Amino acid sequence: MIPEIDELYQEVILDHSRRPRNFGELPDAGVRVHGDNPACGDEIHLAVKFDAGGGLEEIKFTGRGCAISQASASLMTMKLKGKSRPEAMDMLRAFRDLVTNDAGEAPKTLGDLRVMKGVRNFPQRVKCAMLPWRAVEQAFEQRAGEATVSTEPE
Amino acid sequence: MHWRAAAREADYGVHKIADNIVDWKALREDFPILREQAHGHPLIYFDNAATSQKPRAVIQALQHFYEHENANVHRGLHTLSSRATEAYEKARKRVAEYIGATSADEIVFTRGTTESINLVAQAWGGKFIREGDVILLTEMEHHSNLVPWQLLAERTGARLRFVPVLDDGTLDLEKLPALLTPEVKLFGFTHISNSLGTINPVGELCEKAHSVGALTLVDAAQSVGHLPLDVHELGCDFLAFSGHKMCGPTGIGALYVRKEILHSIPPWHGGGEMIVSVALEKSSFKKAPHKFEAGTPNIAGAIGLAAAIDYLDQIGRAAIFEHDSQLARYAFERLNELPQTRVFGPANERGALVGFVMDAAHPHDLTTFADQYGLALRGGHHCNQPLMRRFGVSGTTRASFYFYNTTDEIDRMIEILQKAARFFS
Repeated sequence: MIPEIDELYQEVILDHSRRPRNFGELPDAGVRVHGDNPACGDEIHLAVKFDAGGGLEEIKFTGRGCAISQASASLMTMKLKGKSRPEAMDMLRAFRDLVTNDAGEAPKTLGDLRVMKGVRNFPQRVKCAMLPWRAVEQAFEQRAGEATVSTEPE
Repeated sequence: MHWRAAAREADYGVHKIADNIVDWKALREDFPILREQAHGHPLIYFDNAATSQKPRAVIQALQHFYEHENANVHRGLHTLSSRATEAYEKARKRVAEYIGATSADEIVFTRGTTESINLVAQAWGGKFIREGDVILLTEMEHHSNLVPWQLLAERTGARLRFVPVLDDGTLDLEKLPALLTPEVKLFGFTHISNSLGTINPVGELCEKAHSVGALTLVDAAQSVGHLPLDVHELGCDFLAFSGHKMCGPTGIGALYVRKEILHSIPPWHGGGEMIVSVALEKSSFKKAPHKFEAGTPNIAGAIGLAAAIDYLDQIGRAAIFEHDSQLARYAFERLNELPQTRVFGPANERGALVGFVMDAAHPHDLTTFADQYGLALRGGHHCNQPLMRRFGVSGTTRASFYFYNTTDEIDRMIEILQKAARFFS
């Protein structure tokens, strides 16, 4: 096989894309964010419930997309459950570095998310990996109601 | 040496085994880029509907222009300016001949199909379209033949209507009489769908449009470099196309405007080149086509486009169409043999492309995977978002061909797709 492909599509990623975790509806969600990638038509609908302290109590998603965006959303929801806003934003920055920065070492705090490292060899696919994170960033910003985010600035 | 002479050095004549038999494999040698490798594999370039590759004759024509003729056109009185002007206007004539226009005046050079359509929507539409008028389009239009009309409709209060697309990828022509009413002022449609491969019956559509007094605009981006085409046979009023999808350079294209309506259209962009005299308060304009070409045009691009036309005509567009159709039919059949694969568009007659989805992998994953084997496919909505929605997909994977592609390359694509299916499922 081809090393770059094996690194990009690690078994963990393929597994999460085939059987995404936290995939489904969240009826009592406090905020819903729709994320679009107009370049390919992919979409993710993120539903988030915050706890009294503003932490992320419950998070689920639906939508359709490529293996990278689906696995990224699945891994992200697992990682962020129970996290405070500052913790989640730290994680977002570390994850962005992971998928964009050639030199940077992946911080251990990222845990399972480190399997997404192969994305850095495929600059066109960074948007796929970042889409769910942009949505969750907006969810923290928004706190309530509905919003839409896009990989393309308007 | 004249620029045409530079083109002749490539001597495409050698690639014809006999008068009507083209040596397609030998033609590949005219395209230096086809020797490139991608990720250590020989390049298989199946993204021709996005842009075609360029033969050496076109590359040399550009180089020759910049080395021997480069100057601005139409104003200078010096030698180089005369050469540049002559070559530029000769290119316009060559484009006119190529599509069967009556005169070179009917050819406006633009940046490409998109700009050509925007010119019609803004200059012609701005003058002639009123509230309540209807622009008829189809569900299979590229965004470039949709968004300019949406902008016009917003500005004028005109309405848009759409001819639906059937499941087999052809237009639902039974619906046409109900849609094509006297309020329709223009019927705009693509000749060949860039994601389905459907070849629309342009002649029939133009005739029906004219019977209610509507003008017609044909988006020929996917057809003009692939099949013999004559604007009089088609009977269209406007025809838009790009040079870069037909072996020419990027940034050059043309709009054909039928002579009878050419002079009724007001100028579009204002500036140099398009004026006769300018006073502070008011100006007078040159005749068409020059009044539509404000500013320094893409001179080298036009000359490169003419070289591309010379090249294509040496091969013969009828032969190209036959060759490319065979490739597309072969790809269509082979793709249909793959399990859990849905292939779009008509089975029989089709343009040189095939769009498909595989259950095993998303188009972007498939395209990334294929690229690692040197295979250039395109995954996504292909600037056809409404059409993708019509077929219930967010995007497709598209393989699009040109005369330098081979059935061996299609066999290789099938192998790679089979590998991908195993990998992702």
